This record gives sequence, structure tokens and C-alpha cells, in this order.
Amino acid sequence: MTATATLRIRRGSADDTGRFEIHEVPFEPGQSVLDGLRWLRIHKEPSLAARYSCINANACKECMIQIDGETVYACTARLEPREMILTPLPNKKLIRDLVTEIAPPSERFR
Amino acid sequence: MIAEPVAIDTDVLVIGSGAAGMYAAIEAARCGAKVLLADRSLIGRGGATVMAQMTVAVALGEETPDDWQHHLRDTLAAGRGLCDAKLARLLCEDAPDCIREMEAWGVGWARKDGHITATMAPGHDRPRCVYVDFINTGPAVSKTLRTHMARNQSIRKAGDLCIVDLVVGDGEATGAVGYHLSSGAPVTIAAKATVLATGGLTRLYRRNSASTNMGGDGYALALRAGATLIDMEFVQFFPIGHLAPRLVGMDPIMWDPFRYKLGGRLLNGNMEEFTSRYGSDEDGTYRLTRDLATYAIIKEAEAGRGAPHGGAYLSFEHCSAAALRDAFGPVIDRLAANGIDLTKMPVEVAPIAHYHMGGVKADADMATDVPGLYVAGEVVGGANGANRLSGNAITEALVFGRRAGKSAAARTSKTTALRHLRPQDARRTLDLARGDSGAAPDANTAAMIARLQAIMADDVGPLRTGAKLHRALDSIAALAAGLGNRPPGDNAAFDLERLDWLDLRNMITVARAVAQSALNRNESRGAHQREDFPDMLPQWQVHQSIELAGAELKLFGAPAEAEAPAP
Repeated sequence: MTATATLRIRRGSADDTGRFEIHEVPFEPGQSVLDGLRWLRIHKEPSLAARYSCINANACKECMIQIDGETVYACTARLEPREMILTPLPNKKLIRDLVTEIAPPSERFR
Repeated sequence: MIAEPVAIDTDVLVIGSGAAGMYAAIEAARCGAKVLLADRSLIGRGGATVMAQMTVAVALGEETPDDWQHHLRDTLAAGRGLCDAKLARLLCEDAPDCIREMEAWGVGWARKDGHITATMAPGHDRPRCVYVDFINTGPAVSKTLRTHMARNQSIRKAGDLCIVDLVVGDGEATGAVGYHLSSGAPVTIAAKATVLATGGLTRLYRRNSASTNMGGDGYALALRAGATLIDMEFVQFFPIGHLAPRLVGMDPIMWDPFRYKLGGRLLNGNMEEFTSRYGSDEDGTYRLTRDLATYAIIKEAEAGRGAPHGGAYLSFEHCSAAALRDAFGPVIDRLAANGIDLTKMPVEVAPIAHYHMGGVKADADMATDVPGLYVAGEVVGGANGANRLSGNAITEALVFGRRAGKSAAARTSKTTALRHLRPQDARRTLDLARGDSGAAPDANTAAMIARLQAIMADDVGPLRTGAKLHRALDSIAALAAGLGNRPPGDNAAFDLERLDWLDLRNMITVARAVAQSALNRNESRGAHQREDFPDMLPQWQVHQSIELAGAELKLFGAPAEAEAPAP
């Protein structure tokens, strides 16, 4: 049996009450949580909203979320073969699922 | 419910906020124009610039005497006879000015003995490549431009604004239609001039060194607006992209600066040096050009002498811990966090899609064939010919960005009346952008993108054959057939299925442009290597152009008769 990571992901938009969904993704040592989210979108849940650009380099700084209540970059946080709780940043306006409004006000469309 | 679009009016619309887009916005504003800078991601964070951990080629001549004409000679030689001479000249001639302006804005180029220091990079005749320590060139360039824009009241910044199509009226660019990703609202932008600064197409490939928003959308926008693309077959693969062990928090092209500073040894699976087998001997220094290195690594793996994951080893085991620390400081700790100790182990590297030489055809004012439409940065075709010289990417972003901003502003100040965006010209795109189909997706669009990346990597990669390219075009057609005519969903916030659909629409067009151009070029030149046509042929010293004719891509400019392959 191959190892898996269990991602408990907060989903929903600003307009609804939100819910947790539980998804298993394959686990390989060294992978990032963003690797898991990208796998999930391709194989099961294309509607899952997450914000990222640079995928791996930790250069764009767009993929900030909370894992088990701690604020991290999904691209550098390691995937682990256990249940991990993924939630959007609590102190930013929720847009959808794991995506929040993180741009400085002067750089937002308005 | 049909959402009414948000309507914006501006002098200059700049699409894309990498270095090219930001410099264009700054320059257009400096020339007196009112600017809207739109990015589908966050301002100054997506795109390739922020990831460029490498160097910037410029003939400053502060350490070693230099002149832009020497830089031009090396650029033309690297381009294998296919550089657009006027664009290459502009790149090299204006570079010192832009680099000094960036310095004045606080970028902090690495210095030695009181002057900006430059490193030697493959293909250059002298040390010419400036950088920001430690491996921080791109982020520093990006941050400098962002900070400089922050104080500028003439530049309105709009992140999360995805452009679906340019608007053209009577053959002139009059603005664009898009939607605001984080609210779902459709948007029309009337602009007297538009600058495309959307970057390249590396997202078309499975392994790539750029961000996820580099799917070639600018090429597709330009084509549909009536512009011409050139040299689309020339995709640069960076030979020593990181392959294994898994490394997070670093750009996969990070080994280039290591090689600049420390040399390093490229070895096959048997720990032997091998590049001399393919006509290049390194002599312990880093001189191997990108096209040759890519070829050598792939061929060595095909011959059964690759490293375990199919690449080659790169070893710095001959360097002392102190030398590594001195050259790369905190980066050594980031490697250690990934379990990598360079004094004790090699890493594994392999070619990775990195940059696109082809792009939108433009003149030396960065004007395209469509009046009112300008281009800047990687989306421009021709400056780098069949193979880009190391360090020229950020340089062209800055130089072409500044020039495009100036040209766009000049158009807006013309006394003759310019056509304003007309609703009837925007209507068809607005139907796509407002996302009112309400339809459930027919297919998993994220999986379709992964499928397209596999097709391109397997059959339109660095080493090509007619058979592979035919197969790729068939596979792309099959994928396109499953896409349908309208994006799924409604105008909900951050609907990635809708974004994937719109991206696929662009990516499929651009993938076809690359594969068709590659199939037609029956020779090998620079980054385009045909195993069934291994020689570079004089009659192929021509640019192939592509235009959209109805739904078909039309290819022009090939020589009348292609020579048969060597027996």
C-alpha cells in the first residue's frame, strides 16, 4: 500500500458558511503541501481554489495559508503522511476556499 | 443573471507586471500618460522576473572594458544567424542606461572595489553579467520597480485582473476585455495604447522553470488581435534544471549561479565527464552553451549513461564548505534544510523549459503590426534568434519595457483622434468574460492542462522528429475537441475551472503554433533540434511567421524548397 496524506480542507466562499472536505493524496517524502493541492486539482477536485504562481521557488509569496493553525507557505511546508488541516488565512478577507485577499490595497483592482 | 461589466478608461493599458510591464508603466507615466497596469496574479509577484535568480547581461565596462557592440556580437553569435538585428541592437545599446537607472532606484547590484561587479557567463567574451546577492536578482528587480511605482499617482494597479481578449476596431487596438478573478466581475478597458508584457510559454511543458501564469496567453491575445508571431519553434531549455532530490523553496534553475561562481562538474551516471563526446570540452570552467548542454545530457541518458532519474549529475564535491558558504551564504542553509550537502553529494539535473525566443513581431519602437498594440519583454519575438545568450532575459525586459512605455505614451499624445473602444467590438469577448453559461464543466480542465504539458514535453521538447511533431499536433487536436466553445461556470469569485478553460483556449493555440513551426523547419538550429534533420542549413536562415486566418494558423516565410535529410 502506498502512503497517503489526508488533507482536511476548508472550502467555501465569503457568502456561505463553509465546510471541511477530506481528501487523500499520494505521499512521497520531500513533497510540499502545494504539490498535494496541485495533485488534488488535477485528479479529483479541479474547482479547489488556491492561490500560487511560482509553484516551487518561494519567490511569489502568494501561497500563504494556515496548516494546523499555523501560517505557512504551501510551497515550502512539507506534506506529511497524516491528517493535515488546511484553512485560509484568518486575518484576511476570504475570497474562496484557501484564497484570501492578500494584495496591498493600492495594488487591488477597485 | 448577466453581470454588467465594469468600464475603465485609460491612456495606456499594460498587461503583465513583470519587469517589462512595470518598466513600461513607469516610462509611459513619465511621458505623461495615465496608465492601468493589469496582472492576472498579484502585481509584481507572478511571471518570470521574480523567479530570475540569475544574472543580467549588460556592457557596463566598470571592471573589464566593454562596449555594447561587443555584447551585440555575442548576442548575434548565440542566436545562430537568426536574431532580428535591430531588436538585438536596441537590447544591447540601451542596457547600460536601464541598469544604471535601476541602480539609482535602489536595486543594489553586487559591488566589488567600489564598482558594480560582473561575472562571466557562457557565450560572453568577457565578464558582463551583473547580479544581486545571494541569488536574489529577480526579486530585487521586481521589488525595486514595484516600490518605484508605489509613489506614482499616474499608474493605477489592478491585480487579479485576467485579460480574455484585446479589442480591435477597424484594425486598431482599442483596449481589452477581461474579468476580475477574485470577484468574477467582467471588465472592459478602453485604452489609446496597449502594451502586452505577458511573458513566455514555459507552462506548456511538464517541467518548467517559470510560474504558472506563463502559459503563452500574450501570444494568443496578439494572434487573435491580428498581430504576427515569429520564430515560435525556438523554445529554450535550460540544461541543468534541478531534478533530484526533491528541493522546495528554490527555483529549479538555481544551479547556474553556482556554476558561474564555482564551476562545478557535469557527470554522467558513471560519474564520468561526458560533454566532450558531444563536441564541447569544459576544461573545468563553465562555458558550455545551453543548446549544446541540453543535447549532451539527453543523449547521454538515451545511451543508458544517465543518472538515476534520467538526468546528469552536477557535482561541487571538490569545493570546500568554506568556499560554498562564501559564495552562497544563507542558500547553503536552505539546501541543508532539504537534506543536501554539496560537499558530500552531487545533485541531479536535467533540461527544463525555461524561455521562449519566439513571440510577437515588433519593430524597434516595440510596435506590432496592429496599430496601438505594443509588446515588451519575453513576449517579443526575434531579439534572441534561435538561442538566447545567458543574461539577456531581464535585460530585454527592462530595455523593451522602457521603449514600449515610451512608444505607447507617444501614441496617446498624438493630436489626431484615436478610435475609442466600441461596444460592438467588445461584445463577443464580453460573452466569454462574463461567464454566464452556468454550465457544469464537461471535463477536468486542470487534468487537460496536465495532458497538454505531457504532449509538449514528450513530443515537442528539445529533440524533435517529424513523427513526434505529427503525433503532437494530432494529440493537441484531440484535446481541443474536448474543450467546447464556452467556459464553464458563472461569474463566481476565483473560479479556477473557468480560468483553466480560458488558459487552455490560449495554450492550445500557442502549442499548435510551436509544433507547426517546428514541424515545418526541416533543419536543426540552436534550440530547435530535429533528429531527422540534424544539420543547420543556409537556406533556413529565415524567420517563420504565423498569423491567424479564421480558426487556422497560417505559416509564412519558409524557404521554397526544404532539403532532404542527409542519408
